[in-house]
Amino acid sequence: MSNYSVKAENINKTFGRRLIFNNLNFNFLNCGIFGITGPNGSGKSTLVKIIAGVNAPSLGKIIHENEGEKIIPEKLHNHIGFVSPYLFLYDEFTAQENLSYTADIRKIKLNQEKVDYLLNEFLLYNRRHDSVKTYSSGMKQRLKFIFALMHEPQLVILDEPTSNLDEKGKESVYKIVEEEGKKNIVIIASNENQDLTLCHSTLALEDYKNQN
Amino acid sequence: MKAYALFRKDLHSELRTRYAVNSLAMFIIVAISVILFSIGQERINENLTAGLYWVVIFFSAMSGLARAFVSEEERGTSLTLQLIASPSTVFSGKLIFNLALVFAMNTVISLLYAALFEGFVLQNFVLFLITFVLGNIGLAVSSTIIAAIIAKAGSKGTLYPVLSFPILLPLILTSVSLTLNSINGTSFEDSIFEIAIVACYDIIMISTSYMLFDFIWKD
Amino acid sequence: MVWKIGLFLLLSFVSIAGIAFPIVENPTSWYHFPLIPGLEENAKIIFFHVPTAWLTVVAFLMSTIFSIKYLRKRNLDDDAKSYAAAQLGIIFCILATVTGAVWAKFAWGSFWNWDPRQTSIFALLLIYGAWFALRSAIEQEDKRASLSAVYSIIAFMTVPFFIFIMPRIMAGLHPGSADDTNAGPVVDFKMNGNMQLIFFLSLIGFTILYFWMWKIGYRSILLKEKINKQFIRG
Repeated sequence: MSNYSVKAENINKTFGRRLIFNNLNFNFLNCGIFGITGPNGSGKSTLVKIIAGVNAPSLGKIIHENEGEKIIPEKLHNHIGFVSPYLFLYDEFTAQENLSYTADIRKIKLNQEKVDYLLNEFLLYNRRHDSVKTYSSGMKQRLKFIFALMHEPQLVILDEPTSNLDEKGKESVYKIVEEEGKKNIVIIASNENQDLTLCHSTLALEDYKNQN
Repeated sequence: MKAYALFRKDLHSELRTRYAVNSLAMFIIVAISVILFSIGQERINENLTAGLYWVVIFFSAMSGLARAFVSEEERGTSLTLQLIASPSTVFSGKLIFNLALVFAMNTVISLLYAALFEGFVLQNFVLFLITFVLGNIGLAVSSTIIAAIIAKAGSKGTLYPVLSFPILLPLILTSVSLTLNSINGTSFEDSIFEIAIVACYDIIMISTSYMLFDFIWKD
Repeated sequence: MVWKIGLFLLLSFVSIAGIAFPIVENPTSWYHFPLIPGLEENAKIIFFHVPTAWLTVVAFLMSTIFSIKYLRKRNLDDDAKSYAAAQLGIIFCILATVTGAVWAKFAWGSFWNWDPRQTSIFALLLIYGAWFALRSAIEQEDKRASLSAVYSIIAFMTVPFFIFIMPRIMAGLHPGSADDTNAGPVVDFKMNGNMQLIFFLSLIGFTILYFWMWKIGYRSILLKEKINKQFIRG
């Protein structure tokens, strides 16, 4: 079990002068699966990007702590695994190349055992030396999970994790999510009931729309 | 080094797709041949030779250097980069890539120039080498940071030279007069002021770019 | 309200005095301007041309300061302030360029000479132009604000270079240049007391006018945004 925590303090996000959500607070500790739900356009993707430190909130802050120590924004990406429909891997490289370049840029040693395990789990092992542009959208989606989990992050953020996936793909995702949820914090942003049944608690974004 | 790994990734990607290199190479050939056609049999003076040299460099740079960031933004991979590297790593990686591209491009331009233009005879080669190195660094830094702005602005081609030109103008004007000096054989001591200006430009642009890149990169 | 009438009177006085007061070789009356060799009647442009050039720089500086403020606080009002300053800046920049060119036609014989000052104002015009081109290319408000703020700071960093390099690379013709021997540093000692007085009055008057215009511009941007917002909501 990891000793990691994500805390949101009065998060507010506006696009221009349009309010997306306001006065958002939560505190996720150690491990577990947490859901974020809300209708289209309620800011699910924006919120998970803010949690991942990719976008900045308009007001308030997100505090990430590992082993009781605050993580500086420059190092945050090492603790986070992120899957999203807006995430794309490099088309011109093979799956294996994508993963090894990712490890190089992160400056970690590629854990080939873990990668092979994940490739098997997501049924991509036989295609690992094909370039990503030959993949179907479901395969690309599965590859994103490997990309997100290969560096053993303490915080896994999944934005619409099962989009484009068939039943088999969904099964492997749910298996991995439950595995990860025992060790790490998993945040799922989704509207699929099937995804949300995994969650120990959910946060509904439409509750944070009021102006004050 | 993380930035070096990012550079290797870009280089590998460039070797597979040949986006920047092909357009750059063609642009250099087109630009130089247009100049050669228009001067015909005339022998142009040193002033014009030095000026045209930097005109070719400027427009070639504008045709290729934006790719570093625009290609990531077009394919949607900038989110991927944000998730695996800190902003300073990303900027360093892209800067190394553009530096490599600028040095390669300007070496080719200089060799072609020396072969094709009679007026391009360097009396003071050391001075030219210093101008070349310092000028290339400045060109790469400024065009990298402007490329980052362009990529986020979502408008690709036309805006790039428009935004870059005022920023590069002091560098280009000084480099032109330094190139002229090295053709004329002016001594190193007489050009020390211009060299200092180009060096200052490089340092100021590098530090400003690193400070401001965060604001461009995170939206 | 009173200060607006005061400003009107001040600028009227400056305009009338600047145009009508005679230039004589040995000033005796209070309204006489001294003759500056090499400039003669052309010297009178100083009352109108220099304030516009000065305000171009002030507007640019203000736009950059509000850009920095925006990046620190992320408040869109700062972006509107920066935008209002730049709008005025480009107007004064064009005015300074045009009045300068017209003057150059009579003083130097041609509209454009690539004098260091002309090159610098031209560069400033390019920066302003590029800045507005960048803004019009971005739809999203906060993205537009942060990217244009970054660009204006980068552009501001190049300004010192124009001050140091230009005079070195090209010969200066402009009055007040370092190597200008006949007209010398005009402001310091070639002008007599009343010419200096009117010059500084003009500078002050135009600066107040600028701040007034800037405030109106800023308010109109806010109102425009409000109307757009209502329009979208229906």
